[in-house]
Amino acid sequence: MTTTPGRIRGSVRALRLNLLLTVGLLIVVCLVLFAYLGPLLTDAKRAEIGAFKPKQRPSSEHLLGTNTQGRDVLAVLTLATPQTLNIGLIAGAVGIAIGVLLGLISGYFSGPIDPIIRVGTDVFMTIPAIAILVVVATNVRAVNVVTMALIIASLAWRLPTRTIRAQTLSLRERGYVQVARLNGVGDLELLVKEILPNLLPYIIACFVATVSWAILATIGLEALGLGPQNEYTLGMMIYWARFYGAILRGFWWWWAPPIVMIVLIFVGLFFTSTGLDQIINTRLRRAV
Amino acid sequence: MYLNYIIRRFSMFLLVIVLAVTINFIIPRLMPGDPVEAQLATMVATGAGYTMDITAMAEAYRAKFGLDQPVWKQYLSYWWDLLHLDFGYSLANYPDTVAHMVTSALPWTLGLVGTSTLLAFAIGTLLGGLLAWPTVPRALRAFIPLLMIASSIPYFLLAIVLIFFLAIILKIFPAAGSHQFSAILRFDLATIKDILHHAVLPATSIIVAGIGTWALEMRGMLTGILGEDYITLAEAKGLKGDRILLWYGMRNALLPQLTALALRLGHVVSGVILVEVVFAYPGIGYRLFQAVQIKDYFVIQGTVLLLILSIAFALLVMDLIYPLIDPRIAYQRR
Repeated sequence: MTTTPGRIRGSVRALRLNLLLTVGLLIVVCLVLFAYLGPLLTDAKRAEIGAFKPKQRPSSEHLLGTNTQGRDVLAVLTLATPQTLNIGLIAGAVGIAIGVLLGLISGYFSGPIDPIIRVGTDVFMTIPAIAILVVVATNVRAVNVVTMALIIASLAWRLPTRTIRAQTLSLRERGYVQVARLNGVGDLELLVKEILPNLLPYIIACFVATVSWAILATIGLEALGLGPQNEYTLGMMIYWARFYGAILRGFWWWWAPPIVMIVLIFVGLFFTSTGLDQIINTRLRRAV
Repeated sequence: MYLNYIIRRFSMFLLVIVLAVTINFIIPRLMPGDPVEAQLATMVATGAGYTMDITAMAEAYRAKFGLDQPVWKQYLSYWWDLLHLDFGYSLANYPDTVAHMVTSALPWTLGLVGTSTLLAFAIGTLLGGLLAWPTVPRALRAFIPLLMIASSIPYFLLAIVLIFFLAIILKIFPAAGSHQFSAILRFDLATIKDILHHAVLPATSIIVAGIGTWALEMRGMLTGILGEDYITLAEAKGLKGDRILLWYGMRNALLPQLTALALRLGHVVSGVILVEVVFAYPGIGYRLFQAVQIKDYFVIQGTVLLLILSIAFALLVMDLIYPLIDPRIAYQRR
């Protein structure tokens, strides 16, 4: 059916989509390398209070200068990046685990449990996440990276639940699932062997989006002053920079590095998830 | 049929309110230890206790939490207070009530969110429409990756960068606040000019970071619509390009775009909260930030409840209006 110009346009498009995914993944891989190899090459003492003369501009000795507490900004940045990624990954993993479970149950079993989960998800989606997260974080004393991740995870299940439910609903009616059911395959086996593997692309795309959301939520809470006070994270770097007036006093080397890092994280994840989404959708269009 | 839809949508609204209030009630009571002691201890630890009468505060806290009562009684009296708009007292500014503090901050936030969201929506939608148009100049398409990057930057990070360049280095706009510190707010030209001058930077950061999402969404929507039969018919009739784009393409893509606005309202509001923090702009977000700094618990709680309530209400109104303006929306089942 496809005409030649149509096919050419199609492959050019596929290439462009792949470009998006490639650039996204490249950024993510570089970030991961920096985040998890960087700390091994950094002397943690350089990030301590009073390690150096404070407020130095960037130089060959301190590539990103020092802050008003005499910490080397590059060292702090190197130690902070993996922590922020960790929060995102933990919250994303917990969120996707709960989301897949709820979504599968809700989409597959159309009993009384489905409306409960569906309405529950809708209600939680209406409430702005930051409002609930602020209440929770205010009440938790001594926040650290792990508790921070769990606080964020308490709302990270919403998007996965909705996506997985919708996909399960459509997969449930597919021919091969029906055939397997008629052959007497039990519900659990059907879910694990037939439905779950076909959900995998959606789960991966959803995981990327959830991690990105979780990092955004963390940074928001940290900017409000509800983050881990005694640990380095990118959001806390911005919080402290603001706290010590670095923005108004023009110490750009204190707040600009975490901002660049955060923007890279979001752009990388956004490109990756958009690329994934489009590839999944094209595959879907071809399959239909 | 529409009545059914209204009832269903309204019960959803009530459900959201009940859930929000219940969460606000339960969470402090779930934490180990006496919440009153804990809150006072953190307040004293942050240094906020110096300026206040600690016994009066403890008294206010205990009366409010009513911890000697059974839980169901606490829950009912919690609702009773809320229904009377009694959110308690601010502990940092003791005789001042939370309701008063929050409502006095509300106009600033509404003004900022309202104008900047509308502008971002209008500019983004128009730009997205143009980008989807086949005959648009190539140069304009170079914007697309830029828009993608802009849409993934949090508003408040852009705000910091804007402050640095436009307020600190070039000194064109003020770096903080909503008006001159010494100014008395009156309804005259000078005051309005002053307020607008202060609002430019916060609004710009929301608009610039917001445009990308709207443009990309509109572009996606319009690309789909341009393949529809009625567009082909319009072309066959010999209608002019811009007329087709505006009245046949964009008009039909606009309503789904409005639905997206409803879905993204929560995201926009949380972005605005942080922008207010960066600019020390005296709206709800900055109030919340100040309250968090000194753990002024009732102010935090009141602000959060007001936020949830106003967003839920805005969504309810939007949802009720859609079916009236867009006959394509089926309101039987969501």
